[in-house]
Amino acid sequence: MTVLAVTEHRRGELRDVSFEIVTAGRELASELGTELELAVIGGDVDDFADRLNLDGVGTIYTVEEGEEFNHGVYTQAIEQLYAETEPTALLLPNTVNGLDYAPAVAGRLDLPLVTDVIGVEGEDPLEVTREQYGGKVETTYDIDADSYAITIRPAEWPAAEGAGEAAIEAFEADIDEDAIGATVTGFQEVSGGDVDISEADVLVSIGRGIEEEENIPLVEALADALGATLSSSRPIVDNGWLPKNRQVGQSGKVVTPDVYIAIGISGAVQHVAGMKGADTIVAINTDPNAPIYDIADYGIVDDLFDVVPELIEAFGGDVPDV
Amino acid sequence: MKILVTVKEVAEVDDEFGISGLDIDASDLEYNLNEWDDYAVEEAVQLSEERDGVEVVTVTIGPERSEETIRMALAKGADRALRVWDDTLEDAQYLDVSTKADIITTVAEAEEPDLVLTGVQAGDDSNGATGVAVAERLDYEWAAVVNALDLSDDVASVHRELEGGIEELTDVELPAVLTIQTGINEPRYASLRGIRQAQRKPLETSSLEEIGLDESVVETPVERTDMYEPESESDAVIWEGDAEETASELAQFLRDKGVVEG
Ligand SMILES: Cc1cc2nc3c(=O)[nH]c(=O)nc-3n(C[C@H](O)[C@H](O)[C@H](O)COP(=O)(O)OP(=O)(O)OC[C@H]3O[C@@H](n4cnc5c(N)ncnc54)[C@H](O)[C@@H]3O)c2cc1C
Repeated sequence: MTVLAVTEHRRGELRDVSFEIVTAGRELASELGTELELAVIGGDVDDFADRLNLDGVGTIYTVEEGEEFNHGVYTQAIEQLYAETEPTALLLPNTVNGLDYAPAVAGRLDLPLVTDVIGVEGEDPLEVTREQYGGKVETTYDIDADSYAITIRPAEWPAAEGAGEAAIEAFEADIDEDAIGATVTGFQEVSGGDVDISEADVLVSIGRGIEEEENIPLVEALADALGATLSSSRPIVDNGWLPKNRQVGQSGKVVTPDVYIAIGISGAVQHVAGMKGADTIVAINTDPNAPIYDIADYGIVDDLFDVVPELIEAFGGDVPDV
Repeated sequence: MKILVTVKEVAEVDDEFGISGLDIDASDLEYNLNEWDDYAVEEAVQLSEERDGVEVVTVTIGPERSEETIRMALAKGADRALRVWDDTLEDAQYLDVSTKADIITTVAEAEEPDLVLTGVQAGDDSNGATGVAVAERLDYEWAAVVNALDLSDDVASVHRELEGGIEELTDVELPAVLTIQTGINEPRYASLRGIRQAQRKPLETSSLEEIGLDESVVETPVERTDMYEPESESDAVIWEGDAEETASELAQFLRDKGVVEG
């Protein structure tokens, strides 16, 4: 009858989402009139459990099993913990690793799964909110089931604070190593390259709205005229138009410039994860409904191919022929 | 070796759109090959070009309209295509992860591929869950969010793209399902010759019954109850006027802020 939330860590550190899932879990537990329990699997579980001993957490189950994430271990451990604790709601992080085990866990336990949830409400049935069509609309779903699994979007709930009085219990999972056919052999960091965009005061950042590689000189000229650094959303890097070290976002760099000028960028959640900490955000986008306007401070709803040349001229730059 | 690739036709929404009932007006939607699947198709086709005896089969859950998208995958080099659709699927309110995973699993059980490639997510629903759900049902190994792949006879050595510019190196035993991330390769454009050849490649359509499932596969305890435009959280100041005017507003702002020279 509880809410069981699974936390996440990497290379010895708890990830932010572990504290956010406590907040989401507390909210859900109070909607359901029940208690929040946490699972910590792998790594320095005792230290992690101490740090997650936060206000509103009932019990923390620690599963001492390996240093790093392995989806086989997680799947088996959660399956067994689930059988023992019989929670109503299984709450998992919608992270890259979360997506590597949540669907498998839900499949094994025959639970309905809703991913990337941004809101929970009500008791029976539970109503969850998520985004669709790149954030242009929100949808709500009723989950009419005795128990279910949901993954929560990172950075959607604030990190939980306040010391708690949780019971910390070691849980002995019986892991069948033979059933695990995926082995993590190491980690690799994406190399630095020529510039560090996270050091820049002003970023001119471009997205798919630039349309073609041939148009890149236009924004380069703007960055030059402003004395700014050029960065981009992911598709520009995927296409090989700019190197990987220019990418802003979840799988790129986190930047906090004084001014971030987003040009032809829609503002997908994975992009916003990398730039929402900018002091001032300016968006240039033809679509007034683009999610980027939700976090922008200033906006120009117009065609970048009209606005950017004017802007270059306003700073005395030469507009390239594109 | 056989590679099964999931190919989804995704809906993209026009700048101006309306919502009727629980979905966006059909007239405000445009359909395209899912961006992530484009990379999955390319990866499969490259593997088939690098070695002998690799067959690339695509599977799609989608209406007749999606055949255009499927032909595109065939034109890029897939060998044949399977499409599952019927009135039950057409009439369903929406297809959730478990319905899609059950259908793809059933197709995969008949095809017995060594490798299944899916996109990390579909651009419209963004569930990000179907690939791993299929792996679990098939009892295959898997890896989610793969941005590099090196295949040997019985192991796929992959990079999983984690957050913050870190990649996890993982060895995955075959058979396996890999969910493919954008940027793993450079998807080709279909050549004219490819497009012509695609017309002659087999594209087989089956109903749920024909693949051995019944209507109950669309039943889900998860019911969509509403769709709406989110209340704008925006308190952005929108500069009005033509491009010259708005550009000079922005220029003035940047000068006032003291962040630019000139
Ligand atoms: C696991 C995972 C990790 C990811 N990591 C990242 C990441 O680190 N960084 C990242 O950016 N993305 C990331 N993504 C991808 C992300 O989901 C989006 O697909 C991506 O951010 C979209 O980039 P975009 O805004 O440039 O393109 P789109 O979403 O296509 O937006 C283009 C925008 O340009 C506007 N536009 C078009 N033409 C013009 C014009 N002439 N003038 C003005 N505006 C115009 C359009 O209105 C639109 O809003 C990740 C996705 C996944 C699944």
